[in-house]
Amino acid sequence: MNTEQMPDRILVKGNEAVAYGAVDAGLRCYFGYPITPQNEIPEILSELLPEHEGVFVQAESEIGAVNMLLGAGACGIPAMTSSSSCGISLMQEGISYMAGSHVPGIIVNMSRGGPGLGDIGPSQGDYFQAVKGGGHGDHRNLVLAPSTAQECYDFMFKALDLAFTYRNPVMLLGDAIVAQIKEPVRRVPPAGTRTPEYLQSLVEDQRIEGYGARGKNARPRLLKSVYLAEGALAEHNRLLQRKYADMRKEALFDCEDVDDAGLVVVAFGSVGRIARSAVRQLRKAGHRIGLFRPVTLYPFPDEALSALARGRRFLVIEQNIGQMAEDVRLAVNGASPVLWHSVMPGLFIGANELVEPILQALNG
Amino acid sequence: MLRYQDVIIAGFGGQGVMLIGNLLAQASMEQELEVTFIPVYGVEMRGGTANCTVVLDSLPIGSPLVREPMSTVVLNEPSLAKFQPRLRKDGVQIVNASLIARELVDTTIRTVYIPAHDIAHGIGNVKLTNMVALGAWLKATDALPLKAVREALHRVVSAHYAKLIPINAVALEAGYNFADSYAHKNTQN
Repeated sequence: MNTEQMPDRILVKGNEAVAYGAVDAGLRCYFGYPITPQNEIPEILSELLPEHEGVFVQAESEIGAVNMLLGAGACGIPAMTSSSSCGISLMQEGISYMAGSHVPGIIVNMSRGGPGLGDIGPSQGDYFQAVKGGGHGDHRNLVLAPSTAQECYDFMFKALDLAFTYRNPVMLLGDAIVAQIKEPVRRVPPAGTRTPEYLQSLVEDQRIEGYGARGKNARPRLLKSVYLAEGALAEHNRLLQRKYADMRKEALFDCEDVDDAGLVVVAFGSVGRIARSAVRQLRKAGHRIGLFRPVTLYPFPDEALSALARGRRFLVIEQNIGQMAEDVRLAVNGASPVLWHSVMPGLFIGANELVEPILQALNG
Repeated sequence: MLRYQDVIIAGFGGQGVMLIGNLLAQASMEQELEVTFIPVYGVEMRGGTANCTVVLDSLPIGSPLVREPMSTVVLNEPSLAKFQPRLRKDGVQIVNASLIARELVDTTIRTVYIPAHDIAHGIGNVKLTNMVALGAWLKATDALPLKAVREALHRVVSAHYAKLIPINAVALEAGYNFADSYAHKNTQN
């Protein structure tokens, strides 16, 4: 692309938008190992980060990458890794250690079909892995689910903010569609963005325990996830649980036409936007249907869903064999019926394929 | 100009399917439209089959994928076999007559049967087949002005190939003009 006369919108893939967003938000380090369908992220960062006095390392493996992320995060450095499904599985030990040690960091999962090696097509089969912890022990990742290239860009700012505010791993969960789609993107920080300097001030604040020593005069601090003394681990977990409870206020969602709707379709990420087309099509035909799209998958926007429950039924559509549907049921807690439609992993579907299942749910 | 349009562009890997998809998306963006471009290809590249979907609209786009497209550009027979049955009955297809037998074309569907490869050869480079086909699509759908797409070539073609921009513009125009006279011919019949 000719950069000399850069228009105010640029046409980029979701992956490219992630890379631009990361650099613009103040990312300093990237560590990763190649895998489809996310390769444009390291490709672009390998060029941009050194230009911005950052560090790009192609690690020897995903395990190497996530532990480099842990190391950078422990020093209070804005850093990220990215991979896809099977690569993210390899990283789970490191992510659990980061969560256990209150270490911030960003992990991007442009997921692919599974289980096992699966395929490189679209899939939302990593929902449970992303929102239920993924690694061992009681831990939670903050999880953001972009559905457009613009959100890929914007959410990198959000991800960095959340990671440093809560000193916690933040995961961006996309798929082959979100990663490979090319759309116009405005490369400007989203409204409400806090500056990289503010985030850095959280790190430099010596009153807060938690980050490793930096500079000559810093006092040494210990970052660890091992607590062997009697009761120490219980206390550590209580602290983590308080933090996770605090995070609940970060729940985000997007909804459309729910006020008079008898049926609300719940879908996230790429399926969320495909469902939006189907919902709009049926609205035009006079059906009272709305759309609810969770933007944060953890914390899950369960209060907002619960508030909608009275007088409405829900249809969860996701590209897996029924994962988010469980969280919707928990949110609604029996107050209204929660139906579910599965799109099989690896398929490329359009809005028309969702019209029939939605009509069935409406009439059934 | 239409408010919403979608197209599936399909052919062999190496025929430039992704390039014209990108070009169309870039031109749409520069026309202040919303647009999505999504490529679908196998693990193989050159010689395999490849297709992409471009959706343009004046409103934010929901689904970037379409099962039953409003239009298609098909450059080889496997692509015709795959996408002709899915094309909307009121849709239009641009069919590469140089590689696709006429008897395979569904006569109930509005079709521009264009010898894109031969036209490109006449211009001086068979690699311009894709541009000829895109030119025909622009005329057949009236989705974007030819000028907008010609201008967008400067952003899509890399600096290394910049010297080829004028001949690509000629190919776009040749396809556009073919579809124009084709439409007139069909009206007269």
